[in-house]
Amino acid sequence: MAGKTLYDKLWDAHLVKERDDGSALIYIDRHIIHEVTTPQAFEGLRLAGRKPWRVDSILATPDHNVPTTAVERASGVQGIEDPVSRIQVQTLDDNCDEFGIVEFKINDNRQGIVHVIGPESGACLPGMTIVCGDSHTATNGALGALAHGIGTSEVEHVMATQCLVAKKMKNLLIKVDGELAPGVTPKDVVLAIIANIGTAGGTGYAMEFGGQVFRDMSMEGRMTVCNMAIEAGARAGMVAVDDTTIDYVKGRTYAPNEEQWDAAVANWKELVSDVDAEFDKVVEIDGASIKPQVSWGTSPEMVLPVDARVPDPAQEADPVKKTGIERALQYMGLTAGQNITDIAVDRVFIGSCTNSRIEDIRAAAAVAKGRQVASSVIQAMVVPGSGQVKAQAEAEGLDKILVAAGFEWREPGCSMCLAMNADKLGNGEHCASTSNRNFEGRQGYGGRTHLVSPAMAAAAAVAGHFIDVRDLTSQA
Amino acid sequence: MKSFTQVTGIAAPMDRANVDTDMIIPKNFLKSIKRTGFGKNLFDELRYLDEGLPDQDCTGRPLNKDFPLNFPRYEGAKVLLARENFGCGSSREHAPWALDDYGFRAIIAPSFADIFFNNSFKNGLLPIILSAEIVDQLFQEMYANEGYELSIDLAEQVVTTPSGETFSFEIDEFRKHCLLNGLDDIGLTLREADAIRAYEEKRQQQAPWLFGAIQPGA
Ligand code: SF4
Repeated sequence: MAGKTLYDKLWDAHLVKERDDGSALIYIDRHIIHEVTTPQAFEGLRLAGRKPWRVDSILATPDHNVPTTAVERASGVQGIEDPVSRIQVQTLDDNCDEFGIVEFKINDNRQGIVHVIGPESGACLPGMTIVCGDSHTATNGALGALAHGIGTSEVEHVMATQCLVAKKMKNLLIKVDGELAPGVTPKDVVLAIIANIGTAGGTGYAMEFGGQVFRDMSMEGRMTVCNMAIEAGARAGMVAVDDTTIDYVKGRTYAPNEEQWDAAVANWKELVSDVDAEFDKVVEIDGASIKPQVSWGTSPEMVLPVDARVPDPAQEADPVKKTGIERALQYMGLTAGQNITDIAVDRVFIGSCTNSRIEDIRAAAAVAKGRQVASSVIQAMVVPGSGQVKAQAEAEGLDKILVAAGFEWREPGCSMCLAMNADKLGNGEHCASTSNRNFEGRQGYGGRTHLVSPAMAAAAAVAGHFIDVRDLTSQA
Repeated sequence: MKSFTQVTGIAAPMDRANVDTDMIIPKNFLKSIKRTGFGKNLFDELRYLDEGLPDQDCTGRPLNKDFPLNFPRYEGAKVLLARENFGCGSSREHAPWALDDYGFRAIIAPSFADIFFNNSFKNGLLPIILSAEIVDQLFQEMYANEGYELSIDLAEQVVTTPSGETFSFEIDEFRKHCLLNGLDDIGLTLREADAIRAYEEKRQQQAPWLFGAIQPGA
């Protein structure tokens, strides 16, 4: 019999019951919630007279709607200017108070983006099943956990039953071996993967990231990669547990206590795919060949190395793809064959659950140090992923470097990743963004998003257009 | 949950691949704390020429006359024809809520994104997968014939065209059963409460650290 994949192991360990029709009940260990996808779920519970099954398995924080300027944040929920956003954040507070759920509220120094605070607080651990009403929950898979996004009906279902009705997915291994070139980051790796397999390439699969590149990668880098599994169509992305994982978890607030630690570690060390495990599909990519990436279109698969040219629809044979390229070029205001490095940027956004952790801020600050944001750039902002990240960055003096270079230093939240608060692009503006989605209108009505790494975003801010960050470094 | 048995209605096109949930219902409208009322903002950025605001009365807004859902011939459509990877992007259940609120009961496409697919069933909205060739044929027939209606029979798992041609589709048994009977998922799962408790007990002995409580001020 073939061995098990990491996903097989996580699935088996959480199987409560298999039903005759092939669906299964899966036990959920951790449930993270935010203000946008929960009000209707709480309402459902109330209407049915139900209570959460295990209230202490839930952790809440507001992130999508919170303002990120210090001024607007000063007076907490009441200070949120947009009344509709304020009601949503207030509703989360009220629901958590009513049901007795722990919430890192708006001005708690532990508040932040759901997918940042989960691992950071130790609420999310290796070997867990983790859900959240948000598709980027896969971020937590970096811990060697089975983590995925769910809809609001499922949020209600998990609260009421601690289980999810699920069907086992297929196994996909993305293997990236070799060594990354200097200046190439985890974000570039995941963008290159999506360019390779497409936005539907992982549909129906649980995606494991394996190979030398991920073994060498930091935990935060692995989170960046797993975060974007959904952009490749996979609900869950994951990386096997190793010493990097265990070192990361140690000492976090909700990590196992001393009594349980050794047993937990012994258990976690099993969380790897067996050498003889069989995957339904394997994709191999040469890590050494990956260059810094920039997305040019309106889907995360429309991405190219920074030294490439924008594609020409005339050279695409498939009619659906061809119109897709034409439509994207039109929306993005680009010309076929144009150099990516000739695209000027109007705004720069460094943040989001993909790239708002301390290593990301360090990478941006390293590029910004001693340089200035180009005068043609209207705004360049850095939005830390959580209060903890913000405090750490300030302790290292990174905020000062960034501000001196002309960046704005903000309060934690989702911010311009999806522009539900006041941070957004103007119609037709190009943005170098470290977020995960370049869909039409995502960062503001008519806005044009280019997905890049934090170092590449900072380099674009300084140059006023896209540039290979490595050229900038060699010029300095 | 809303049940689904049979539906016959006008088919309307969403003729592009990778339609994402931001396109189906832009984030400006996710601030509502209700489940209803999203229909008027379905495909907002494509349907109207101006920028939509939450809680706005949409009746006086300038319509994009080139967008098919604004064509009189597709008025009252119940079936949406779409291309590959429909519903990709975020997990927002507001996407099926908006489609449902607009009046759609079923979507036919060659493939769907996983979370959207799953969310649709929870709302009595039936996503049907047919091969790219068949979907293309339906698109062509729809474009050629005004008033083109499709009939969907869930119990029989068939889509019937106006000429009487039938196409069968797959659906998993559990979902079919719940949809036909409008069953509440939570109620069904709670029937297994004993199994859940037994699992918890066993698991807590093996891996107690997984049951660490989230405590305030920790
Ligand atoms: S940062 Fe962006 S992608 Fe991440 S949870 Fe917030 S809105 Fe979603």
